[in-house]
Amino acid sequence: MTAAPTTKPAEKPAESPAAGPARKRPGASRVWLGALPLLVFAGVCFGLPVGALLYGALTRDDPATGATAVTGEHLQRSLQGPYLTSLVGSVQLSALTAVIGTLLGVLIAQAVVTARGGALRNAVLTASGVLANFGGIPLAFAFVATLGISGVVTRLGRLDSLGWNLYSFTGLAVIYLYFLVPLMVLVIIPALDGLRPQWREAAQNAGATSWQFWRHVGVPVLAPSLLGGFVLLFGSAFAAHATAAALVGGSVPLVTLKIADALSGNVLVGQENVALALSLDMIVIAGLVMAVYLPLQRRSSRWLH
Amino acid sequence: MAALTPTASAAPETAPRRAPGGAPARGRRRPRVWRGAVLALAGIYFVVPLLSSFVFTVHIPNQGFSFAAYTGILSADGFVRSLLLSLGLAAATIVLALLLAVPALVAVRLGAPRLRPVVEIVCMMPLVVPPIALVTGLTTVLRWGPDHLSRTPLYQTFLAVQNESFPVILVLAYTVLALPFVYRSLDAGLRAIDVPTLVEAARNCGASRLQVLWRVILPNLRSSLAGASFLTLALVLGEYTIASLLGFRPFAVWIVSVSGAEARMSVAVSLLSLLITWALLLALSRAGTRAVAATPAPPAPSVPGKE
Repeated sequence: MTAAPTTKPAEKPAESPAAGPARKRPGASRVWLGALPLLVFAGVCFGLPVGALLYGALTRDDPATGATAVTGEHLQRSLQGPYLTSLVGSVQLSALTAVIGTLLGVLIAQAVVTARGGALRNAVLTASGVLANFGGIPLAFAFVATLGISGVVTRLGRLDSLGWNLYSFTGLAVIYLYFLVPLMVLVIIPALDGLRPQWREAAQNAGATSWQFWRHVGVPVLAPSLLGGFVLLFGSAFAAHATAAALVGGSVPLVTLKIADALSGNVLVGQENVALALSLDMIVIAGLVMAVYLPLQRRSSRWLH
Repeated sequence: MAALTPTASAAPETAPRRAPGGAPARGRRRPRVWRGAVLALAGIYFVVPLLSSFVFTVHIPNQGFSFAAYTGILSADGFVRSLLLSLGLAAATIVLALLLAVPALVAVRLGAPRLRPVVEIVCMMPLVVPPIALVTGLTTVLRWGPDHLSRTPLYQTFLAVQNESFPVILVLAYTVLALPFVYRSLDAGLRAIDVPTLVEAARNCGASRLQVLWRVILPNLRSSLAGASFLTLALVLGEYTIASLLGFRPFAVWIVSVSGAEARMSVAVSLLSLLITWALLLALSRAGTRAVAATPAPPAPSVPGKE
């Protein structure tokens, strides 16, 4: 519902300048009607659930009187005890995997960009495109077969005697990197391409060392893309649910698992509102992530394209 | 792609100059070793799980090799039903998402430029809401049905969208999730063509509005339409969170449910689904030169769909 009303004021003034002097077409003023189904759909199928989520997270029904009152109680509870632990666990896992994913992704992308073979580049790009989308259930089972209790690599390397456990924080981090690193490669390759060889030449002609070039030219120009990529990885890991659900069940505290538990009634009745509040917490964090990412992406495209 | 060409053509020209410039012998050899090591390690990390999955499915310790995990898939209980359900949901989602997005994006370019940021924000909003948060909102809304609306005709609608054999509610939710992908893909395609001029030319030649859309705009968008459809297909086939929490049983949910009793088969099906996705992506990138440029686009919007 949030989307539909906001568009109303925008539509009206849009008609007249659109039909303006340069392009006068019969019926052009009604062209915006084409966007109406999309806006209505988004209002009903996206705005309504999100609105219901907000409403449920912020209000409480009094069972005796049936009256509804605004309350911060659910939000407060979602930031305490095991719920807080799960939020912190999710943020930690996402931050850790995003840092490692960013570093590894940049290393691989740089190796691909500096190599001169077009075939290698295409192969890496295609593979990254596939692997970055290889999340969810199939990924979890591929890793169960590899590093699970009776996984092939676990048996070959006798990893279990070394204390390896896939169904843990570390195990999840290893799995998440499987789609985060390719994602970073895809995000950062255009940025690395944008570093013109001429800039390096100019720096060398001015007597700069390789280190000085990266310190004063390369990294500052790449910074928005790097940070943008990091944030994208963070958001991706933070929203992930299926992999963890198929794998660890409840042994690693993650906010998505807690929400799923509360929704499917695996905990005490009456926790639904806490699930809504937890979802709201997630939206706030993901919103912050996007608020950082989108401007950064715009800024980096100004430099690099 | 336009940005790449000058860089690529500049590279051979600058390469010989760089070598004599910096540390000559070391500067040439070291990056090559470093590059090889990085790529080799990355290759191992990304190939080993795939290889191990395959070995896991065909080799049983102490018993030897067997392809039973693969031959048993087709006859497995629920496999065909869940796969058909997923494919049906994917087809419906693709049709709905394109029907909503194409007219909106074309309209925004033609006559309502002020609506453009609104449409962009509406299409990008699902990026901010993780699927699990969307499904909590959806369950809340769906609960209104029995709670408040049981005497109104709306209640029938609530029941109909949750029909077990074809859950429309999943199509609606998946369309929401797919909007960012579809928007980016179509936006990139539309940016490459001058929509107002094309439409004006076609209209001057006497084409009706529908003819313009069908015979002029859509053919020019073929590769972005294919890209958007492919991404949506991949998203719907792999989606687990929403379907499982709403209690439906499409493909991804089926794999999980079968994993307890038939671990090998669940891995085999996972591996096959990866190979199919790979084949689809390759086919897409071969489909047209413009589609190749669009290939890097998929992952960026995959943020929220990632599970």
